[in-house]
Amino acid sequence: MCKEKDDSFNARLQSAERRYGLVKEEKPQVDANMEADRSLAALAFRAGTEMLAGLIVGVAIGWGLDHWLHTRALFLVIFALLGGSAGMLNVWRLVRTMDVK
Amino acid sequence: MAGGSSINVLEQFELHPVLGGLGEALRFSQSPLYMIAAVCLVLAFLYFGMRPAAVVPGRLQAAAEVCYEFIHNMAVDTIGPEGAAFFPFIFTLFFFILAGNYIGLLPFSFTFTSHIAVTFAMAFMVFLLTVVVSLKVQGLRFFAHFMPDGASPFLAPLLIPIEILSFLSRPVSLSIRLFANMVAGHVMFDIFASFVVMLAGFGVVGDVFAIGPIAINVALMALELLVGVLQAYVFAILTCIYLREAVAH
Repeated sequence: MCKEKDDSFNARLQSAERRYGLVKEEKPQVDANMEADRSLAALAFRAGTEMLAGLIVGVAIGWGLDHWLHTRALFLVIFALLGGSAGMLNVWRLVRTMDVK
Repeated sequence: MAGGSSINVLEQFELHPVLGGLGEALRFSQSPLYMIAAVCLVLAFLYFGMRPAAVVPGRLQAAAEVCYEFIHNMAVDTIGPEGAAFFPFIFTLFFFILAGNYIGLLPFSFTFTSHIAVTFAMAFMVFLLTVVVSLKVQGLRFFAHFMPDGASPFLAPLLIPIEILSFLSRPVSLSIRLFANMVAGHVMFDIFASFVVMLAGFGVVGDVFAIGPIAINVALMALELLVGVLQAYVFAILTCIYLREAVAH
């Protein structure tokens, strides 16, 4: 009898806590990525920098290799393409975690 | 900033020697000066906040404790139990960037986070840390991450360089994000402030219309206060995410 009373009290307490937002929902780990991009503009900006970063790294490596090996523009072309793909991959990874949610 | 006949919005980011002859000799510009100011501000906040060490905290102590717990929770929640080891690093990073962003919003001051050299140095430090931690925790298995699971071995010559470049682009994107946000905000301040100066040249009508850009600048200041803390947070949380991947087995 007493146990039943406790249970109903706990149930009501929990529902009240939930109603007033006192219970912290358990968040999945993927959320960390989401939290970094609260607004859509921030997400768009982040996607842009991810893409640009890949391209910058690719071009820098390609240019460096060309400079070092005296193969003008060969590695620059290859690594610019690879860097662009890496940028796309970054954006895809960023957006994929959003879709899972 | 914006004065005279020519208005150069990028002038505010130029470095000049400070502190007279001594600064000239040491090549000591505003950037390190404001970095020292930011560090002193954070240290003073924590020192004076925690000096009472009361069981029931006062206002400043409560603020210092909230800051401590916020970063501690972020580090432990994101990275896992190992996150506690990286907490001092993330705390330092977050408050250094936050103090830099906010000090830069004061009139006549300088924003050191608006220089890519500074942001890239910080991002590269994070990158080196993640690589070292990865190699220490995972050993040579770390390199297995560069080959996606289940991909055809024939695609390996294409996929592995892309994965490596994607990995290398992390510090670049981390630094560009902070740098570009700070530059964009301060350039916008300058542009709207210069509109006020230009409109003032049109007499009474201009004076009335100049209220518009001033109002926009007030709103921009609110936005920049948000951006300042948000970018520090993004930098810190991405550091946590990268470290989580590094400590994962």
